[in-house]
Amino acid sequence: MNESFELLRRMLLIRRFEERCAELYSSQEIRGFLHLYVGEEAVAVGVMAEFGPEDAIVSTYREHGHALARGVSPDAIMAEMFGKATGCSGGRGGSMHLFDASTRFYGGNAIVAGGLPLAVGLALADRMQGRPVVTACFFGDGAVAEGEFHESMNLAALWRLPVLFCCENNLYAMGTRIERTHAVTELAVRAAGYGMPAEVVDGMDVLAVREVTRKALKRIRSEAGPQFLELQTYRFRAHSMYDPDRYRDKAEIAEWKRRDPIDKLAATLRLPTEDISKLDTEITEVIDAAVAFARTASPENVDSLTRHVYSEVRR
Amino acid sequence: MRTTYREAVREAIREAMRADSRVFLMGEDVGRYGGAFGVSLGLLEEFGPDRIRDTPLSESAFTGAGIGAAIGGMRPIVEIMTVNFSLLALDQIMNNAATLRHMSNGQIGVPLVIRMTTGAGRQLAAQHSHSLEGWYSHIPGLRILAPATVADARGMLAPALADPDPVLIFEHGSLYNTEGELPESIPTCDISSAAIGRTGTDVTVITYGGTMPAVISAADELATLGISAEVVDLRVLRPLNDATIMQSVRKTHRAVVVDEGWRSGSLSAEVSARITEQAFFDLDAPVMRVCTEEVPIPYAKHLEEAALPRPERIVRTARELVGR
Repeated sequence: MNESFELLRRMLLIRRFEERCAELYSSQEIRGFLHLYVGEEAVAVGVMAEFGPEDAIVSTYREHGHALARGVSPDAIMAEMFGKATGCSGGRGGSMHLFDASTRFYGGNAIVAGGLPLAVGLALADRMQGRPVVTACFFGDGAVAEGEFHESMNLAALWRLPVLFCCENNLYAMGTRIERTHAVTELAVRAAGYGMPAEVVDGMDVLAVREVTRKALKRIRSEAGPQFLELQTYRFRAHSMYDPDRYRDKAEIAEWKRRDPIDKLAATLRLPTEDISKLDTEITEVIDAAVAFARTASPENVDSLTRHVYSEVRR
Repeated sequence: MRTTYREAVREAIREAMRADSRVFLMGEDVGRYGGAFGVSLGLLEEFGPDRIRDTPLSESAFTGAGIGAAIGGMRPIVEIMTVNFSLLALDQIMNNAATLRHMSNGQIGVPLVIRMTTGAGRQLAAQHSHSLEGWYSHIPGLRILAPATVADARGMLAPALADPDPVLIFEHGSLYNTEGELPESIPTCDISSAAIGRTGTDVTVITYGGTMPAVISAADELATLGISAEVVDLRVLRPLNDATIMQSVRKTHRAVVVDEGWRSGSLSAEVSARITEQAFFDLDAPVMRVCTEEVPIPYAKHLEEAALPRPERIVRTARELVGR
C-alpha cells in the first residue's frame, strides 16, 4: 500500500509539474520547445521504481517525467527551464536537455533515437568494468523508424548487453499516426526480430509497468542480454506547445483520458478523496517552491558563455 | 628504428592498451581481419575479442556506443573505416560527442578517440576518397588531429586518449606505407601545436596530413630554383595553432595553403582568413591556395591525379607569389 501510494505521489507530481510548465510557457517564463508528459506518467514512474541508484538512464526530449521519477530535484529542473545558473544543466540545455550525473541521468536527447547508441555504450562500459547494473533507455514509437534504433538493438543483442529498451508507444510520431509510418505496427514484433524478449505492456497501468519491469530487470541482471518493452500509452496534450493538435480525433483523446493512469491507480487503492486532496496540496507546495527557486535564481553569467565546450581540467 | 606509418599507429594502440585496461579498440573488421588497412593486425591475438572488438556495419551505433562507453568510464578507440563512412555516424559525433559536455553544463564529458582514414590517391572513387576533416574542424567540442609523419602517427594517440574530450584522428590512406625513423624511446608528443616541417625564408607553405609528401617534394623542387620554402605542418586542425602560422608568415611575408579538401568553405579558407586577420600588414602578396578541384574524386588514375594538389601546382603557385 505504501509503495503504491508512493507511485501515485510521483505520478501526481509529474502531472502537476507539467501543468505548471504549460502555464509558465503561456506566461512566457519558459521558452523554446516544451514537450509535456501528461498522460504518460505511469511509464516513467513504473519503470523507474525498479531501477536502483547505480543503474543508468537515457531519455528523450519529453523527459521531465523521467527526470522527476528518477529523483532529479524539481527545483533544478524548473530552474533549467527558466534558463538559470542553478538549473540541472546550467541553463544550457533547457527542457529537452536535462542532465544529472549524480543520479546517472544522461539526458535529454532531442535527436529521435540518438540516445539508443549511447545507452548501448553505457551498458558496454558497465559490462566491461564488471558493474552489475542496467541502463534504461526511453524512446518513442517514432524512434523505431530510425536506423539508429535498429543498429542499436542489433548491437545490444549481439553483445548481450544489460539494456532495458523502453518504447513509449503513444501512437504518434509528432503528428503522424503509427499506421502511416510503420509497415508493421506491432513494435514488439519488430524488436523480437533481434532475438531479445519483447513484451507489450499497458502503459496506463503503473502497477503492470512496475511488475513487468521487475521481471525484465531480474532477467537482464542475470546477464541474459537486453530486453524490449512496448509501453502503450498516450499523451493527453499536444506534441509541444507549438502544436495545434489538428491531427487527432477529439473522441480518441477523450477515450484515452478515461484510462488516466492516476485515476486508475487511485481507484485501485480506493483512497478517500481527502487523502488525494492532501497529497495534491503537498505537491502544489513542492512545485510552488520549485517555481520560486527558479524565479529568484541568478541567470548564468554571460561571461561563462563559452565554458564547458572543452574540459577545464586538462591532463 | 625504421618503421612505417601503419606500424607506428599499431604500436601506439598496443602501447596504450598495455598501459591502461580501460582502453579498447572497436570498429568494422578490426579483429580477425586485422583492420581494413591492416593497422590492427595481430592485436586480437594479444588482447582478445573483448578489447579488439569487431562490430557490425553500424557506424552510428558503434560510434555512439563508444561515446556511451567513454561516459561510462572506458577509454574507447573507435575506428571508422573511412571518412566517407563517418557520415553515417555524424549524428553521434556532432549531436552527442561534441555537444554533451556543454549541454550538461560540464557534468558529462566524452573522453573518446575516433580514428579514421581520409583522402584520395588510391583510385577508390567518390565514396572512399574524400577529405572531410575540414568539416569536422568546424565543430566546437572536438579536437581534430592529422598526423602527417611517422612520429606523429606513433605519438599522437597517447595524448589523445588522455584528453578529457573527443579527439578525431585522421590518417591519410596514402601515408600508411610511408616510412620514417623512430627513436627507441618514444618522446612525449603534444596535440596542441603546429610544427615547422622544414625551415625556409621566401614563402610559407601550410599543409597537414596526406598532402605533406607533395609539399615536401614541391619544396625540394623550389630549392633547385633558388626559392626557400618554409613548410608548416598544422598537425592539429582544431583548435588551430595560429602562433606558429603567423610567426612563419611574418618571416617569409608570403603564404600558400595546401589542402586536399575542396576550396569553398574549407579549412584552407579558414587558415587564409586568419592570416589576413592577424598578419595582413606582414604580407607582400595575397595568400594563395592549392586545393582539390571541386569535383567528387573520380576513379581513373589520370583524372584523380588531376584533381589533387600535386607538387607542380604547388611549385607554380609558390613561384607566382615569389615572382621567380
